[in-house]
Amino acid sequence: MTFILRRLVFYAVAAWVALTINFFIPRAMPGNAVEAILGKFPALQPSAYRALEAMLGVGHPGSIWHQYGAYLVDVSHFNFGTDVSQYPAQVSSLLGQTIPWTLTLVGSATVIAFLVGTALGIVAGWRNGGRLDRVLPGLMFLQAIPYFFLALVLVEVLAIKFHFFPIGQGYAGGLVPGWHWAFIGSAIYHSLLPALTIVLTSIAGWMLQMRNVMITTIGDDYVIAAQAKGLPSHRVIFTYAARNALLPQLQGFGLALGFVVSGALIMEIVFSYPGIGLLLLGAVSSNDYPLMQAIFLVITFAVLIANLIVDLIIVFADPRARAREATR
Amino acid sequence: MTVTLPISADPAALAAEDVVPGRWRRMPTKAKVGAVLLGFFVLAAIIGPLVTPYDPSYQNPNPALSLQAPSAAHLLGTTQSGQDVLSQLLVGIQLTLELAFVVGVVATALSVIVGVSAAFLGGVWDELLSLVTNVFLVIPALPLLIILLGYLPQKGQLATIAVLAVLGWPWGARLVRAQTLAIRNRDFISAARETGESTWRILAFEIVPNEVSLIAASFVNTVLYAIGASVALAFIGLADLNSWSLGTMLYWAESQEALQLGAWWWFVPPGLAVALMGTGLVLLNTGIDELGNPRLRDASSASRIAGRWIRPTGPTPVLAEVSQRRTRLAGFLHSFSRSSLLDETEAGDVR
Repeated sequence: MTFILRRLVFYAVAAWVALTINFFIPRAMPGNAVEAILGKFPALQPSAYRALEAMLGVGHPGSIWHQYGAYLVDVSHFNFGTDVSQYPAQVSSLLGQTIPWTLTLVGSATVIAFLVGTALGIVAGWRNGGRLDRVLPGLMFLQAIPYFFLALVLVEVLAIKFHFFPIGQGYAGGLVPGWHWAFIGSAIYHSLLPALTIVLTSIAGWMLQMRNVMITTIGDDYVIAAQAKGLPSHRVIFTYAARNALLPQLQGFGLALGFVVSGALIMEIVFSYPGIGLLLLGAVSSNDYPLMQAIFLVITFAVLIANLIVDLIIVFADPRARAREATR
Repeated sequence: MTVTLPISADPAALAAEDVVPGRWRRMPTKAKVGAVLLGFFVLAAIIGPLVTPYDPSYQNPNPALSLQAPSAAHLLGTTQSGQDVLSQLLVGIQLTLELAFVVGVVATALSVIVGVSAAFLGGVWDELLSLVTNVFLVIPALPLLIILLGYLPQKGQLATIAVLAVLGWPWGARLVRAQTLAIRNRDFISAARETGESTWRILAFEIVPNEVSLIAASFVNTVLYAIGASVALAFIGLADLNSWSLGTMLYWAESQEALQLGAWWWFVPPGLAVALMGTGLVLLNTGIDELGNPRLRDASSASRIAGRWIRPTGPTPVLAEVSQRRTRLAGFLHSFSRSSLLDETEAGDVR
């Protein structure tokens, strides 16, 4: 089996596990979710009641395996059922409205943090004991701050006290979303503070990891040999040390994405940013189970796809991985 | 871990392992700062609830006492409904630390069981347990935690602990498995087997004691994860909102618009407490890490000669093995290293 194929099988298994967990949680948990939902939304139509029962498996139409099959078919068509708190909206259309916001904000901020953090890590690792090392405890502190708390502090200081940034929302009120500059400019302006939050809290992790791997790599014989040959420092740093140190760093990127995205989702709440996080908060506070489950699946699949992309990059960047693929 | 350390390791690190009186003095500064920070919060958790100036839930009916800035009577001010923030904070620290500690114990125990069994049983069992571990590593935990807790009718302390522990073990299990594979074929294990020791005895008295430092590090990290996750879950309302934890304090501050009212004394103390506890844990772990891997230490290992940073020459093979594993551990400590692609394919070659 080739390397990439092995990984594909692994992600397929992970996706299947997530789907299956998602299917069985409502059926395994105590309490009657349908009753809970109906208690909150007395105005629901009888058809919604039946749909809910089918979705949550309470009325047991057919055997559980039959339900499971129907569920897998539905999900493969992106059919996540009808939303209960914004009835009769489709869950998939609610997701469609919010995903672009989160993807743009969290995606770009994470990539920026990764690139800057890695670059700083290279410098800090090379100059071990240098000036950059003195900020390490401060970075650890930044890293330990919950995303949403840093968001609260930034809003308090930069938006409420000094009015540098808007307090929240995705764009200025009164604008109609669309591809015109007034809207795009406003959206970018509103995303600066949330992006800053993500960059500040996640940059330290990238930097610390890169620094530690760099320090270990720099001690390797081939790097010392390169130095002994009298190669210029920048060549030793980037072509010899950093190139190898980058591989574990890339591997870390895929999974850390799960942490970063989770943190960023909670942070959206503070900014009332119109992304998935805010949608999730609404779903949680109104017991909107279909929406909660769909969001879980969307986030999980996004992380799995990101991991797969990272694996592809590694195979591309690491000759050893390629060689292994050739021999298997 | 201890077995592989000696000979070439820095004398300071060795002394720290062997000489009891010098141990504290020779600890890396980071570890000391971390231990002091944590000690402070543990002390606050133990003594705090006994000395709270007010009942944290008591709502003062006097409107003049609501939303007060810090004063002599209320050292950290009051909330919208006139509750004393300091009292809530002291009770909250206890509840949050208690929860994190219990989750740490349960999840670490699970990870040791899974990791050791995978490595020791080998074959199909190893493949299966490793697969499960890696799958749960790659599925993002927080959204899953949210739907699990969302479906539970009671979202009390116990439910949160159970859910966090169930999802908190894969990191540790992975590391314990790798470490067990590494020591499984050592001579002292073979010797134990030759003398007829039972498998259980070998596991409990030969293998696990050699992984104590790894298990301790993974415990510290699980506690870190539990604090972060429980606070985040409470912040979005998935907790017993009638009890006071750091997370529920932040939930009420956010939902009663402390931010818009400019009541920084309401949401800054709980958030700062979380951040400082986290910093303490990270520092402690990094410090311990440096103890084992002298190269990670700040300045002592590098000196500037002719405008270049020169490091002590490469490690002896023994230390190389240690430092490599330590670095992987270090990555884990910052919650960023993962089931790496390379690791996975080389899983069998670790020993």
